Amino acid sequence: MARDETTDFSCKELVAAASDYLEGRLPASERARLEEHLAACEGCTTYLEQMRRTIALIGELREEDVPPEALARLLGVFRAWRHAR
Amino acid sequence: MRTTGWQQEEPPGLGAPSPDELALVEALRRREEAAFVQLVESYGASLLRLAQTFVRTRAVAEEVVQETWLGVLKGIDRFEGRSSLRTWIFRIVTNIAKTRAVREGRSAPFSDLESETEEGPLLDPSRFVGAGKPWEGHWRSFPGPWGEPEERLLASEARGVIETAIEALPPGQRAVVTLRDVEGLSSEETCNALEISETNQRVLLHRARTKVRLALETYLTEAAGGQGRDN
Repeated sequence: MARDETTDFSCKELVAAASDYLEGRLPASERARLEEHLAACEGCTTYLEQMRRTIALIGELREEDVPPEALARLLGVFRAWRHAR
Repeated sequence: MRTTGWQQEEPPGLGAPSPDELALVEALRRREEAAFVQLVESYGASLLRLAQTFVRTRAVAEEVVQETWLGVLKGIDRFEGRSSLRTWIFRIVTNIAKTRAVREGRSAPFSDLESETEEGPLLDPSRFVGAGKPWEGHWRSFPGPWGEPEERLLASEARGVIETAIEALPPGQRAVVTLRDVEGLSSEETCNALEISETNQRVLLHRARTKVRLALETYLTEAAGGQGRDN
């Protein structure tokens, strides 16, 4: 594939724009240049896929467990508040 | 009661409470304990995580969270529904935690966002072809493939790597990635909860994600038994 190195999106630029791209925050023209680069660059395809996986893995940190002693303490706060009314 | 910064007006245009949230608000106003328990179970761990990005110790973070819940209870009758309930609660914890951090003698959190958004390069510049050469700015060697945490029973270790990487981030980056990618808030909700600009939010998120990916790369590329391949 013929590439013009003076106007081509570089890998370095893609790394800098990766998060904004995934956020859908790139201007249309820049997004088009990035996607053109992506179609031809295995390294950047890997990079972006890994960024997506990173975001998904970060999301797995979320937990809802509240330790029973903390919940008991907060219930004390709640009951005092209800009582004060 | 000590005055904290959270009793401010809810800014307009920041979403509205969902029907589920409205039902919770109504139940809390009726002083129903089950509604309070449900809220604590939904957001308790998240509030603690966010509080810990501002204050020094877990013990202080727990106090901040307790003060937050008291603030929620005391404010619920005045909650006007001009933001989601979740955003409102996150904003309360942020303001209490910031106040507490200042009292602890820390500089005001986010007072140094400028340096946080303008740090040096995130990836080692030597990973890209240098200036003046053909293929300038392109990978010298492609990022290596990652192992599959699921397959390799690495999931809990990967979790530890991510936790450590997030803890090592400067406060603004840590708070933004926590709200966006751990808790799943929208960018708008995050800006509102942390009182930062959309531009700062984007840059902080970019830097945080790039650093966490890098930490995972070091770990998962080894797990896959390979290094970056030659371009």
